[in-house]
Amino acid sequence: MADEAPFQFLHSELIQYIYKSADTEDTENGRNISKLENLGCRVGQGLIERLTKDAPRFKDELDIMKFICKDFWTCLFKKQIDNLRTNHQGIYVLQDSQFRLLSHLSAGKQYLDYAPKYLAFTCGLVRGALSNLGLRSVVTAEISDMPACKFQVLIQKM
Amino acid sequence: MSRQSNRTTDSKKMNSELFTLTYGALVTQLCKDYENDEEVNKQLDKMGYNIGVRLIEDFLARSTIGRCQDFRETADVIAKVAFKMYLGITPSVTNWSPAGDEFSLILENNPLADFVELPDNHNTLIYSNLLCGVLRGALEMVQMAVDVKFAQDTLRGDNVTEIRMKFIKRIEENLPAGEE
Repeated sequence: MADEAPFQFLHSELIQYIYKSADTEDTENGRNISKLENLGCRVGQGLIERLTKDAPRFKDELDIMKFICKDFWTCLFKKQIDNLRTNHQGIYVLQDSQFRLLSHLSAGKQYLDYAPKYLAFTCGLVRGALSNLGLRSVVTAEISDMPACKFQVLIQKM
Repeated sequence: MSRQSNRTTDSKKMNSELFTLTYGALVTQLCKDYENDEEVNKQLDKMGYNIGVRLIEDFLARSTIGRCQDFRETADVIAKVAFKMYLGITPSVTNWSPAGDEFSLILENNPLADFVELPDNHNTLIYSNLLCGVLRGALEMVQMAVDVKFAQDTLRGDNVTEIRMKFIKRIEENLPAGEE
């Protein structure tokens, strides 16, 4: 495919659909987020399988995270993660200063409340990718200043 | 460094897989949420419509294509420009009706259905029905009412995937109420 517009539109339709199909609004919010996240997770698993088909084995956890930040992110959003930080104890913070899926929302504070649902699917993508690389994780996202956002990856020791 | 170079993949292709897989996840979710395939088809069409009415703006802004003179030109633009731009394929346009108001798009490979196999209990599911909605929605925004449906689908055992499009009428520009 030559273009990312279809994916962007499909992604927002997906959010629309998940939110509309819920019965009540407030209490369901958490469940909608996790529904979106689970959908993303499945997609992430499929993608990483295709992407690492011919790749050599990874050295360690950090190597995997670097792969997520560079290759995986480039495939998804045509750019790399701008900043990767870690405490070397299983917590990684991935910072994207120009997150694609927020790019069509106003950069001000106006839509800050709506932004989390645009990140849930991507959190799932990362979690799914990691899970197929043998890492169990919890991925959350926070938005400080649109369209910049941070994904926090917490690797769970098995 | 040599390791890195081994890993580079065609990012364009990957991006299309992201779309395909996301679409698959959506259909799966719909099949879970609705009892029968008819409802899923309807929902996919509706979502496609919502996408179409927005996608047409992106398309017109980027392709610098003006108003089409007739339905044949519309067919060409859809197949050669729009499908190429968004899905990376060029369907062939065939089976014109004598009146020139109906034609078929033949898709050799359907990017939405790349990794898909339909289970037996979903034999009335029109997997790629989103496309019909997209086409209908987009054309409606350029004043064309069109009927779009899948006539054949390789997923359901046909030899080709065929989208049948029928021109219904030109939509008149509505004046706001009270203005003549």
